Amino acid sequence: METILDVVVAGLLLGGIFALIAVGLSLQYGVARVLNIAHGEFIMLGALVTWTLYTTLDINPLICLVIVGPATFIIGFLLHRTLFTWLRISAPSPAVFEGNSILAAFGLLFLIQGIAFKIWTADVHGYTYLAFPVNVGTVTFPANRLVTLGFAVGISLVFYLFLARTRLGKAIRAAAQDPETAGLMGVNINRVLALCFGFGALMAGSAGVLLSMCYSLWTTMGLQYTVIAIIVVVLGGLGSIVGSFIGGFILGIIGSIVSYFDPGLSMAAYYLIFIVLLLVRPTGILGK
Amino acid sequence: MDITTFKSRRFWVPGLLLLASAALATLPLWVGSYWVVRLTAILMYILLTVSWALFSGPSGYMSLATAAFYGVGIYTSAILLPSTGALLPLPLVIVIAGLASFSLGLLVGALTLRLRGIYFAVFTFGLVLLIQRFLVWWEMTVTHTRGRIIIVVDDTIIYYVMLGIFVVALLTAYFIRRSRSGLALQSIGENEEAAAHMGVNVTLVKVITFAITAVFMGAAGAIMAPKLIYIDPYIAFNPLISFIPVLMAIFGGLGQFYGPIIGAAIFAYLQEELQASRFADYYMLIFGGILVVAIAFMPNGLVGLIQRLVQKWRKGGSAEQHANT
Repeated sequence: METILDVVVAGLLLGGIFALIAVGLSLQYGVARVLNIAHGEFIMLGALVTWTLYTTLDINPLICLVIVGPATFIIGFLLHRTLFTWLRISAPSPAVFEGNSILAAFGLLFLIQGIAFKIWTADVHGYTYLAFPVNVGTVTFPANRLVTLGFAVGISLVFYLFLARTRLGKAIRAAAQDPETAGLMGVNINRVLALCFGFGALMAGSAGVLLSMCYSLWTTMGLQYTVIAIIVVVLGGLGSIVGSFIGGFILGIIGSIVSYFDPGLSMAAYYLIFIVLLLVRPTGILGK
Repeated sequence: MDITTFKSRRFWVPGLLLLASAALATLPLWVGSYWVVRLTAILMYILLTVSWALFSGPSGYMSLATAAFYGVGIYTSAILLPSTGALLPLPLVIVIAGLASFSLGLLVGALTLRLRGIYFAVFTFGLVLLIQRFLVWWEMTVTHTRGRIIIVVDDTIIYYVMLGIFVVALLTAYFIRRSRSGLALQSIGENEEAAAHMGVNVTLVKVITFAITAVFMGAAGAIMAPKLIYIDPYIAFNPLISFIPVLMAIFGGLGQFYGPIIGAAIFAYLQEELQASRFADYYMLIFGGILVVAIAFMPNGLVGLIQRLVQKWRKGGSAEQHANT
């Protein structure tokens, strides 16, 4: 019984980060239709910037959230306003745009990694922050994991309320369902899609800040998180932000169960689930 | 970059290619071993790109499984040609690698029949990572080995084998593209339902073509393996190998048969130059920059851009409207 609790709590702690990353990608992929292969690079940027700020200027990682979040938002917003809007307008069909945007995002991945490599080299970095043990029921965890989970859920909830309760949120939901029609109903579609892309980048950046407290960091760490985000987004259902949130926790728990038996198999298990899912139910758990 | 359209009007291309092949065949006689090694790599990229474009160009299914097939080839070599002594002769190993990739291609093709668009791309990408992770786990917990070392093969032999595979692949690609299957594949890219209604055996054409392209990718992996000397699952199943052919093909332009060849040749040459130069540290930065610019400003690739410029020059700017059709 205690080991089951152990595994579930570990899964939830892992799932919080997955959920945040996936909600971010869900906005970019589900709404803005950009399968952003460079999503993980924003995570890497957030994490390494936090590392630099904490180790050189002694700035609290939680305060870094306030710096990194808006910065990544602006980068994401501008990227969509320039590159992806241009691709969207010049593409003859949505399918062509989807293909081109993957490739452009792949170019971005290289660009960002190239810059990061110049700044942070290929070394593995890390720091300790809030690493003292905390008891969760009968299970003991480092405090930073709990802080991470709390902030990840908090950011996702605030964003959910924003989507559900505000006028702009409604515009985003409309754009997710049908960008063409939303545009006809008076939604400034270019602005809304750019905002979604920016919010996606913000979540990736924030996830990076949170991750940096618990795990080691290096310049090519991004891709594995991108892949996890893609798996969760497909698991939750393309375009369903709530689905991505729930999917993150499901994948976290699955990962934690597999890790309990054999830690080396957790990534392979994710891919296996993903491939089976695509074959059996490509629309995901909450997809239409 | 509409990867579904292709209009082939030129028939002198194979003649030129034969001429080029003759030049390539005698190449090791008049250049140093340095250029033989680099040309082998460039040929490998062109081969992967042409194989990729053979299926994904006309059909519109963006496959990211290249690294899986290439990796199967590398692994076949690694298992059959260990540094302790070759178990089978090299030509046989390459044939076996091709067959292994073909089988994987058939399996993937059959599994993914229902997947369209982005799901197909994501599935094939996931496949590469699944194989990679599974092998890492397998070697760590079951065989307790880490990495494999492959026998040394002479650079000139590697070059000639690569050239052989290259020529066979180009000829196959050319004839498939002009055959009934090629047209069927293009009609699938334009409208799969309509193609099925016209009597095209959609399933058969897709799966077989996909598997044929896998043969060349596997064979290329098998012959490139000895150059790597040391391999492990991360090296063999490198996701980059899946993306590079797509980028090269689109950089060249999918509108013409020779587009991917030109794109791959230029891109591979630049890549080799950059990595060998003092800008090696900036290699990723420059590569990424070229990519973003190419995708944003050359929707029909280099060949499309040149055609547009030629048209513009001939008609004095009145061709602008036609250029994007």
